[in-house]
Amino acid sequence: MLRRRLNRLFGGDEKRVDSRTIYVGNRPCPATETFIPPKFCDNRIVSSKYTIWNFLPKNLFEQFRRIANFYFLIIFLVQVIVDTPTSPVTSGLPLFFVITVTAIKQGYEDWLRHKADSEVNKYPVRVLEDGQPARKDSEKIKVGDIVEVVEDETFPCDLILLQSSRDDDTCFVTTASLDGESNHKTHYTVPDMEKDLQSLSATIECEQPQPDLYKFVGRMHIYKPEHDPAVRSLGPENLLLKGATLKNTKKIYGVAVYTGMETKMALNYQGKSQKRSAVEKSINAFLLVYLCILISKAVVCTTLKYVWQSQDGQDEPWYNQKTEKEKGTILYVKMFTDFLSFMVLFNFIIPVSMYVTVEMQKFLGSFFITWDRDFFDPEIEEGALVNTSDLNEELGQVEYVFTDKTGTLTQNNMEFIECCIDGFQYTAFSSELDSFCVTDGPVSTFQEKAGREKEELFLRALCLCHTVQVKEAGPDELGGDQVDGPASEPLRPAEQRGFIASSPDEVALVKGAMRYGFTFLGLESKTMKIKNWQNDVEEYELLHVLNFDPVRRRMSVIVRSKSGDTLLFCKGADSSIFPRVRPEEVERIRMHVQRSATEGYRTLCVAYKRLSVDEYAAADAGLREARLALQDREEKLMAVYNQVETAMSLIGATAVEDRLQEEAAQTMEALQGAGMKVWVLTGDKMETAKSTCYACRLFRRSTELLELTVRTLESGGRRREEMLHDLLFDFHRKAVQDAPPARAGVNRSWSSANPEYGFIVDGAALALVMNPSPDTNCSRYRSLFLQICQNCTAVLCCRMAPLQKAQIVKMVKNSKGSPITLSIGDGANDVSMILEAHVGIGVKGKEGRQAVRNSDYAIPKLKHLRKLLLAHGHLYYIRIAHLVQYFFYKNLCFILPQFLYQFFCGCSQQPLYDAAYLTMYNICFTSMPILAYSLLEQQIAIEVLLDNATLYRDIAKNAMLRWGPFLYWTVLAVFQGLIFFFGVKYLFSNPALQDNGQVFGNWSYGTIVFTVLVFTVTLKLALDTRHWTWINHFVIWGSLAFYVVFSFFWGGIIWPFLKQQRLYFVFFNMLSSVSAWLVIILLIVLSLLPDILLGVLRKPRGPHTQQKPAQSSGGHHQTSDRPLLMRTFSDESNTVM
Amino acid sequence: MMASSYNIKEEDGHHSGSSGPGGNAVRTKKPDNTAFKQQRLPAWQPIITAGTVLPAFFIIGLIFIPIGIGLYVTSNNIKEFEIDYTGIDISSPCFNCSQSYSWNTTTSCTCSIPFSLDQPFESNVFMYYGLSNFYQNHRRYVKSRDDSQLNGNLDSLKAPSKECEPYRINENMPIAPCGAIANSMFNDTLDLFYIDPNGTRTPIPLMKTGIAWWTDKHVKFRNPGGSSSNLTAVFYGTTKPLSWPKPVYELDTDPENNGFVNEDLIVWMRTAALPTFRKLYRIIQKKNSLTPTLPRGNYTLDIVYNYPVRSFDGRKRMILSTISWMGGKNPFLGIAYISVGSVCFFLGVVLLFIHHKYGNRNNSSDIPN
Repeated sequence: MLRRRLNRLFGGDEKRVDSRTIYVGNRPCPATETFIPPKFCDNRIVSSKYTIWNFLPKNLFEQFRRIANFYFLIIFLVQVIVDTPTSPVTSGLPLFFVITVTAIKQGYEDWLRHKADSEVNKYPVRVLEDGQPARKDSEKIKVGDIVEVVEDETFPCDLILLQSSRDDDTCFVTTASLDGESNHKTHYTVPDMEKDLQSLSATIECEQPQPDLYKFVGRMHIYKPEHDPAVRSLGPENLLLKGATLKNTKKIYGVAVYTGMETKMALNYQGKSQKRSAVEKSINAFLLVYLCILISKAVVCTTLKYVWQSQDGQDEPWYNQKTEKEKGTILYVKMFTDFLSFMVLFNFIIPVSMYVTVEMQKFLGSFFITWDRDFFDPEIEEGALVNTSDLNEELGQVEYVFTDKTGTLTQNNMEFIECCIDGFQYTAFSSELDSFCVTDGPVSTFQEKAGREKEELFLRALCLCHTVQVKEAGPDELGGDQVDGPASEPLRPAEQRGFIASSPDEVALVKGAMRYGFTFLGLESKTMKIKNWQNDVEEYELLHVLNFDPVRRRMSVIVRSKSGDTLLFCKGADSSIFPRVRPEEVERIRMHVQRSATEGYRTLCVAYKRLSVDEYAAADAGLREARLALQDREEKLMAVYNQVETAMSLIGATAVEDRLQEEAAQTMEALQGAGMKVWVLTGDKMETAKSTCYACRLFRRSTELLELTVRTLESGGRRREEMLHDLLFDFHRKAVQDAPPARAGVNRSWSSANPEYGFIVDGAALALVMNPSPDTNCSRYRSLFLQICQNCTAVLCCRMAPLQKAQIVKMVKNSKGSPITLSIGDGANDVSMILEAHVGIGVKGKEGRQAVRNSDYAIPKLKHLRKLLLAHGHLYYIRIAHLVQYFFYKNLCFILPQFLYQFFCGCSQQPLYDAAYLTMYNICFTSMPILAYSLLEQQIAIEVLLDNATLYRDIAKNAMLRWGPFLYWTVLAVFQGLIFFFGVKYLFSNPALQDNGQVFGNWSYGTIVFTVLVFTVTLKLALDTRHWTWINHFVIWGSLAFYVVFSFFWGGIIWPFLKQQRLYFVFFNMLSSVSAWLVIILLIVLSLLPDILLGVLRKPRGPHTQQKPAQSSGGHHQTSDRPLLMRTFSDESNTVM
Repeated sequence: MMASSYNIKEEDGHHSGSSGPGGNAVRTKKPDNTAFKQQRLPAWQPIITAGTVLPAFFIIGLIFIPIGIGLYVTSNNIKEFEIDYTGIDISSPCFNCSQSYSWNTTTSCTCSIPFSLDQPFESNVFMYYGLSNFYQNHRRYVKSRDDSQLNGNLDSLKAPSKECEPYRINENMPIAPCGAIANSMFNDTLDLFYIDPNGTRTPIPLMKTGIAWWTDKHVKFRNPGGSSSNLTAVFYGTTKPLSWPKPVYELDTDPENNGFVNEDLIVWMRTAALPTFRKLYRIIQKKNSLTPTLPRGNYTLDIVYNYPVRSFDGRKRMILSTISWMGGKNPFLGIAYISVGSVCFFLGVVLLFIHHKYGNRNNSSDIPN
């Protein structure tokens, strides 16, 4: 931590220099006058926080930075320093316990980190020294060292690939441990490297370390004795990241550029920002109230004490003289210490144990999510994953759900459906026709044919324009496949095996081409091989790949065929292709594209361009130059790309189906029924997204769609801004002002009385709303927009860039009432919104593991969201809310009698309860039942929760932790506290309570109050428990039994270490008094009376709980997908429309 | 029902998982199917409804009211007589004593207060002294004792605990017993005389023992050096508490009731809970079943007036009381039981009414659902 901060501090200095210069092999270069070995950090990875020496102080410091711990430390110190009524042990022991447990846990974790670190740091690596590989510990690698890495080893630091054992100057790596993507990625050596690394004399200029895994810009100068220095551009494809593993390559050499804590991996391991749950905020608010109560109590007592003492003879009666020391203290100091003493006496009102219990509840409770078999997905053989347990209860509070479309709502399991070549449509073929297609050629399926050449061109384009790799079956994989291929990968279709790509669309397209007879055979040393209809192998030299990126939304390749033609193939979204092709070709295709899109398919347009020699030369030069640029390389590349990808001719379009996730519609319906607003944020195009929304029943037939997209903005023929203004106000009038005011709590979704609105906005329009041009007075747009969105049942945002997604989430998050947001997504493009939302959920999809890594919870499928929110979230919320309220309650009625007692003991801080009781109350007597409750309680059975989504609304908006319920609990606590104290006080108006006439003293008084207290508080919990498992029985009755046994034990022995034997046989004598028994029973019954009464009176208001047994047994099975009522309604509306 | 449906589910999952040879792997990774982990532990799910609570209310009412009546009657049957002998009024016989107070007088002030009992006290009579406005529960006071010294620990005898300050050491000698509590031990002597109708004073025998908790007398409090040895020698080197007229080993002549195990001391050392309290002083044993312990008639209370309370506006009382199974006279419990019982009963009636009236409406609204 400190080290990292220091690094950052120095890094700040370093950053002024934009780049670093690395001397390859740490040899001086002829071009530079003097060789100054640059100072970089060593290759030691330090992920551990502590060393043996600083563990204790540092850990304690960290722990006491938590405000609660600090508060208890202060109380403890006050107890040590000032003469206080309770011994320091009473608060010191629990604090010590908490601190020790935490320290041990953290120490153990740190020890594991140390072990892992040293494993990494001591890992033997081979560094080239004088041409010979020398063994070294990994931590000794310096920047500039040339490192040798063999197959299946991980890279010890960030390396620039200089030499590979493969012929084509590539190597394959897998970055599974970095971003979870297990596919093999190709990295390239620095172009035109000489083979002899020993004589290599070069420097590398590259940017300062930055955490982005996919960005790297650098430049390499190679010095040769007689030539001018040659310059090579370096990009991410040359950089091998620490943590990645070398695959399918025997050996590589690379020069270290970033080492140790400056590697991209280390920079990425900075902790995520801590998310705090709304419950925690409530706790803090309540804490503040209790702190105020505490302070006012102390102030009242201190004042009363001095008022009382000012009376004659009360301050220091003859029987109770002050000590010399007391007499000597100044009045004001005395008053202050008295105040502190009262604080200490009442400090139990804010218990240490609450934090411990809450933490334990969260930690243990989160296991129920990972244990849940309903979350287990047999396909990926994984269940749910909990990355943080702090947000369990937040799952029960979600108001807005932001969901990604691809891979989340849909399966991201692409299947080539149809294509359109030159305006003719080639419809889908079923998989049974597969062989038929391949053998006979596509002639029979192509009903109306475009020209043969066009067809071939189209299929070639599909085969060439991609970054798909053919998986080289290494020995291990081959073996695995042969032995039990279908079993270990039961779901991967046989034909899909063999292609690896970053996006499943590409695989689908290549496979589609394969079905039509064009097979992509692979890429070898820049030559792409495809097999055509005639089973001839065509070879193309791959000249350039113009990579896909979400902004351009297209990719291109430039290839040279055997015949010497240079061709550019481009595929991309229609919106990005259409402006770049000849307009007359567009119309023929556009119709098909739109039709496919409305059917919910993902469409891509394919275009090509024949490059003349001059054109190619220009493009080539431009690309090379841009790649070499150190600064703004991205922008420069983009400019060249845009320049090259013009004036193409459109060949055709493809349609790929992305099937809906299982139960996507039911899940969405359930979420909406639970009162959540579902927003779909997708990068996909509007038509596709819209159809997905219809398929998921986010939009119904009856939904009136409000569109705010580029199309609607430009339709009026006016300026966009004006149109935006009009539309926004129009929509606002419709959706917000005309909407009936009372909508909360009603089952609005199935009643067609209110018009429903769906809102569609696209990225461009959103940008206009979010960042309006300064001249217009449209700062209101944002709030208008937000209001419209909030009044629509579903919102679809399409064409979103990842950051825009986060922007939307942020906007909603910070809107009025700060609603709880949840983002769910599966891809890297969803990470920003997952991090932004209150709760981030990752779907363990196909697009790597980045979303999962950055999420708070990860689930295998979208359908699991329903149970996660409706059942788990609901239960967690109820549990923790009850836990928090109960904790405050039980401590208030614990301390209130003690406070009241001050009025009867001359405000002398005399504790009512014995020190053992004070200490044990929160630790032993009352802690276990509530913990068990907060782990096991199911006020409403899980099945019922799943079936009745509306139940979720009952706890919306933090319903159980608002001031109302808090006030109820507080009043209850005060009531009970008063009863405890005054009930016993009236009993003690005659302290002769035994049948032998002997009298009871003050400790008996306290013990009776305490006994009533423990029983009442525990029985109160028992009354609230609606789900009695054997654990609850065990813990509740066990706690009470433990209290009795402990009291006997504690009072039964003269404890040699105690100064005073206050409780000696007090408990026993209490039990021998009939009056004490009677008063205990009476007070317990009386204290619980209001709660029972309220329980009875409250019932009629919540019909759900009463109905639940009937529903769970009867209704559950038949309406597993949708409630009957709902089905009829929507069917009706279907027929009407 | 639930369990059976669940089993079916489980089988389904098993089939799909083990469709191939890789079934084993599926099994190990799949979360355990235990009732606990799946949150399906069998549970009793009680619901508080009017139906379950109403009988409870009536039962509580029906049990509490008789108990309350019993308690009330018992308490009323206890005879109690109380007399304030502080001597605030000039008319009070103890007025002089209360005025002329000084610790160091060797001659003690005595006064006697006549009183008469209207009713005979039949069973054993317990004699209490009561103090008012005396804060035995003041923190400084409560902690000012050394239980280890009182338990006979010789080290603590010679070096009392610091808690005893400022009653720890006097004239360089440790005080035994130390501390404010012991120092302020009640030291009035109360004697009771029965005045025969013919005028003769018959002293009433007062028992000094049996007034302290048995465990206190026998375990918690012990003389140093065992009970057999010579107390004067054991306490050599210690000094008496400041306000005591005589040292602790001269509290009584009976060796079983002397020193730290003196029951008056033990009773005093059990600090009272409230500033107004009573402590057991003596027991008047019933002689035989024929005559009442204290017959109707006139009595005199002779007081050796030592204990000053005027300085802190306190009061001293002498209480004679009989005892029942529930202890001394205290109508509170009886009244509380009766009232809680009636409240429960009343609530039961009201709830029954509400339930009857609104319960139907509730049912009818349930049916369409």
